[in-house]
Amino acid sequence: MKKRFLAMTLLVIAVLVLTACATPTAAPQSTSPTAAPQAAAGEPYKVGLVTSITGPASSLGIPERDTALMIQDQVNKAGGIKGPDGAMHQMELIVEDDASDASKATLAAKKLVEQDNVAVLIGSSGSPASLAMIETATKNSTPMISMASASQIVNPIAERNWIFKTPQANQPVTAVQLDWLKANNITKVASIGVNNAFGKDSRDAMNAQFKEAGIEVLADEVFQPGDKDFTAQLTKIKGLNPEAVIIHATPGEGAPLTVQYHTLGMTAPLLHNHGIGNKDFINLAKDAAEGVMFPIGKLLVANSLPDSDPQKAVLLKYIADYGAFTNGKAPSSFGGHGWDAVQIAVAGLQAVGPDRAKLRDYFENQVKNFVGISGVFNWSPTDHVGIGKESLVLVRIKDGGWEFVAPDKYAAQ
Amino acid sequence: MSPDQLFQLLIAGLTIGSIYALIALGFVVIHNVTGVINLAQGEFAMLGALIAITLTSETPLFHRAFTVNWNLPLFIGIVLATLLVMGVGALVYWIVVRAPRTDSVIIQIIITIGIAITLRGIALITWGTDPFRLPEFSAGPPIQIGSAVLTRQDLWVIGSAFALMALLYLFFQHTFIGTSLRACAVNRTAARLMGINVSYMMLLAFVLSAGIGALAGIVIAPKTFMGYDTGTYLGLKGFVAAIVIGGLSDERGAIVGGLLLGVLEIFAAALISSGYKDAIAFLVLIAVLFVQTTGILRRGAKREAAGV
Repeated sequence: MKKRFLAMTLLVIAVLVLTACATPTAAPQSTSPTAAPQAAAGEPYKVGLVTSITGPASSLGIPERDTALMIQDQVNKAGGIKGPDGAMHQMELIVEDDASDASKATLAAKKLVEQDNVAVLIGSSGSPASLAMIETATKNSTPMISMASASQIVNPIAERNWIFKTPQANQPVTAVQLDWLKANNITKVASIGVNNAFGKDSRDAMNAQFKEAGIEVLADEVFQPGDKDFTAQLTKIKGLNPEAVIIHATPGEGAPLTVQYHTLGMTAPLLHNHGIGNKDFINLAKDAAEGVMFPIGKLLVANSLPDSDPQKAVLLKYIADYGAFTNGKAPSSFGGHGWDAVQIAVAGLQAVGPDRAKLRDYFENQVKNFVGISGVFNWSPTDHVGIGKESLVLVRIKDGGWEFVAPDKYAAQ
Repeated sequence: MSPDQLFQLLIAGLTIGSIYALIALGFVVIHNVTGVINLAQGEFAMLGALIAITLTSETPLFHRAFTVNWNLPLFIGIVLATLLVMGVGALVYWIVVRAPRTDSVIIQIIITIGIAITLRGIALITWGTDPFRLPEFSAGPPIQIGSAVLTRQDLWVIGSAFALMALLYLFFQHTFIGTSLRACAVNRTAARLMGINVSYMMLLAFVLSAGIGALAGIVIAPKTFMGYDTGTYLGLKGFVAAIVIGGLSDERGAIVGGLLLGVLEIFAAALISSGYKDAIAFLVLIAVLFVQTTGILRRGAKREAAGV
């Protein structure tokens, strides 16, 4: 009997451990990972990547990892990075999974910086994990490029000497929404947002900018992450008759919220923020998604951009390369944030080599008019994000796809 | 707030409340017959809905490694999913009650925590992190009552919850097996002495609870969608609903508790602040536990109902 109990316990433990450790999918094969350096080549340049390959943020982390592997592949196939010493250096990307967990992100960052001795640290996918990595990067004087949105990652700038980030902050997203509201002479809106760092940052930006523009926020409702029933908040908003409703959410809650908005018979225009910028939202909300508008980076509508757009060529090349590397997957804006971070790191290594302090100075002073996926970057001692409103477009969901709304067409309903 | 708005909130509260009531019922049935608090109850709801979705619509599985497209009719998908989850319930019974060879309820409850984590993990690997949606059971415009709106799915949720409750009542009160189950709940030893196969009754309790949980998850999935982690939240609310009124051992208490919790939560979110929606459930739980550790209805009431 005792034996059986022991066997059973071991079985349960085995199942639990297996469940915890299972890695969902293998990375697409990278043809030259840490291949032996070719003759007459310099030391490999090490780049550390912390990303959320598993856990709730994995829909961000997986495209980021695949994009980084793709760039490593491209760089090394072309012979490597030509450093300031004139020699060719292989790019050695070391990938760590933080499982969408802030404490694991800290450990991963420590390992990369202290043991692997990487020249630059990239990560992580989510804001909490990125915030957790800041201390390690700063203490070890290692430049870090985050792929997460919260503005606290690079603010206050005086304490974030070593930290940069590639996604747009929430402020320019709000600015685009504001342009649309102004074009349509809307003065009364209601807002509903998720009660976490992402939602709060977005709601703060909205409240500040709308107040300044004289737009009244009739209700500023919140819901908890994981909530699925929004009737209470929506009923309250419906009673206030706003001219438009602003939503700050990701697809998990944003999609049922949009569906319930429609079943309650509410018809005011819906403006989401960039949190719903992937196909999941359309797949989940289906018909209710039609007509929803949101500001987002240009990747989603790359094909319909005017040819004069400086990013168009880079965007189309990324879409084609990513599809080829991942057997036909479509890239997301998250992968784009990864592309920007890794490409800027590669440009830095090419210009100044693997010296951490020189790299930081390069990032702060030399990243000018860098045409990336999320925008055209201009980093400076006072701005470690370096992209603003002009890097965003307003997109409307139409027939299950995205439609580019040019700024001069905002008023034409 | 206008009367129409209050009515709208009441509808929403009753809808989500019926789901809490069904989950709470699952807790009570298992707890009464086996003494175990099955903390994997919410996972039954999650599994039921996700399996039903997989059977009836095109679903990418294992991180889009492959996509299944069985497209079974909705009704057949629901029945199959419920039966499958009942099978999982039987397995859970075996792992929790039979395999450990111990009577320690604490150990059994801890095993259910392990099972909940395992089921969640399996669901995460199978379906990934994205939520899925089940189509509404019957398409059509919602019913307008004043400016309040009652969707067809709301009717399905409330209707099927009450139908299920009525069926369970008939089962417990008017069938031989139901009476045997109640006998086990009152006194397991005496039931065994009366020739009732207690192990079989325990198995039945787990299977029944799994079925109730699965149906709860399935009927709410068109409204709230279902992801691998949604079950935890439903299980938590169901647990509070089961404990506050009936002290985990009264079926009627669980139903009233569920409905009350749903209505209270929605009204608190709309009238006080939407930030406090989840806090309400736990405030109520703490308040009740301070005042009366066996729930508002005393355990005696339940024994009376059982005819002892």
